[in-house]
Amino acid sequence: MEPSRTYQRKDWMRLLARAKASDIAALLRDLPPLPTDALVRPAETGTIMVEGRAGGSGARFNLGEATVTRCVVRVGEHLGFSYALGRDREQAHLAAKLDALLQDESRREALLEAVIAPLAEAQKKARELASRKAAATKVDFFTLVRGDE
Amino acid sequence: MYLAVKGGEAAIDATHQLLAETRRGDPTVPEVSVTQIKEQMALLVARVMNEGALYDENLAALALKQAQGDVIEAAFLLRAYRTTLPRFGSSLPLDTTAMAIRRRISATFKDLPGGQVLGSTYDYTHRLFDFALTNSGNEAQAVTAPEPLDAVMPRVLDILGDEGLIEREEPRDSDAIPEDITRDTTTFPAGRAVRLQSLSRGDEGFLLGLAYSVQRGYGHNHPFAGEIRLGEIRVCLTPEELGFEIDIGDITITECQMITQFTGSKAVPPQFTRGYGLVFGHNERKAMSMAVVDRALKAAELGETPTFPAQQQEFVLYHCDNVEAAGFLEHLKLPHYVDFQGELELVRRMRAENSAPTKVETP
Repeated sequence: MEPSRTYQRKDWMRLLARAKASDIAALLRDLPPLPTDALVRPAETGTIMVEGRAGGSGARFNLGEATVTRCVVRVGEHLGFSYALGRDREQAHLAAKLDALLQDESRREALLEAVIAPLAEAQKKARELASRKAAATKVDFFTLVRGDE
Repeated sequence: MYLAVKGGEAAIDATHQLLAETRRGDPTVPEVSVTQIKEQMALLVARVMNEGALYDENLAALALKQAQGDVIEAAFLLRAYRTTLPRFGSSLPLDTTAMAIRRRISATFKDLPGGQVLGSTYDYTHRLFDFALTNSGNEAQAVTAPEPLDAVMPRVLDILGDEGLIEREEPRDSDAIPEDITRDTTTFPAGRAVRLQSLSRGDEGFLLGLAYSVQRGYGHNHPFAGEIRLGEIRVCLTPEELGFEIDIGDITITECQMITQFTGSKAVPPQFTRGYGLVFGHNERKAMSMAVVDRALKAAELGETPTFPAQQQEFVLYHCDNVEAAGFLEHLKLPHYVDFQGELELVRRMRAENSAPTKVETP
């Protein structure tokens, strides 16, 4: 497991954006109750335009939109933000709240260990498993030698 | 011309109810769930997301259920829903070299860094029915290799690009914000960004037909599949209120790079030219069709005379959108009573005028 102090804000935001609300909630279950948060901007769903590049490296173009849900909350002096693909408002709210709490140095270590590190581990494992399944379909070419030579 | 008519409210209410019952089918058969469609009809879901121009697997699955599997109707539902949502901004351009690869093949280079990865494909199936699938309870287990694939796989065409034999794909000078066909009216000649956006939401069947026409000789080019890759790719965004780049999740993408020999013109030396396909989800046929048509639409820029349908921008871009096409075609089902009455009277009058002189000549 990665040492928790290597996580930057961008890292936990990335991990929370990929986590299901039920998975985050399950990881929070054994922790002491979290302080309440105030909604600054309640979870709302919109879209972003996903861009590509012609040929992968060329001029930008609009591929199409994707649904995104975002949320902003305040816990104490910290504002927590979340943006995640999809339409899960509960996830967006939980992610924003955790983003606020993780900015609080007195809470950070405990939350990194209890929530962020397990999410990182689970997501890494899933990615590796998918990649190993793909790797099993990698082609090994060999040259056929003609029998008469 | 379509004139509004009144009446028929009760009939329309009843048809909605009949539709709901028809959609449900035999009530003794278990109802299909949206999650089942999403998980087990993933290629169909991908098609709906592309033609609906909105990435959301759950919504695309719901659209398919609501539309009884009618792809264009489902795409229409996504397009309509999209218009109700605010747009938060644009993503950073996707970096397809950083894709978590599930499949990656090249028909032009055998030994490429990272290797040929067949992934999950119907390419090598025998197209014989698997009657075991008529029963449920099928469990399947994939083989796992001891090690994952390389984390970064170079694009095959970038390797050939180093020799200068292939057309370069470089950002425009300013790397400007691309035109958006959902907000700006398309004008001709249309730039590459407009063409690619139109093609990526275009009808798979229409683009396949056009790509096939090119292959059969209606477009002067013989494409090779330089690379096709499928996998998950991160979507990044820099929200104004944060001021730094964040990664908001993964989407599944299919990318296709076609290369075509080009003998050169006054403006351009002999080289390989490129066509590009990029689509949501796993959709290789669409990505390949898009790439072939993208190359054909470069005709004018490369000094070719656009003679064939696939090379003609207005023809391709105006007709590839199946939601628009279906809307215009299917509006013919709406009442045209007054319109038709007018035509009917016109035809009667013309016939009367035509027959009038003959009567005079035959006493």
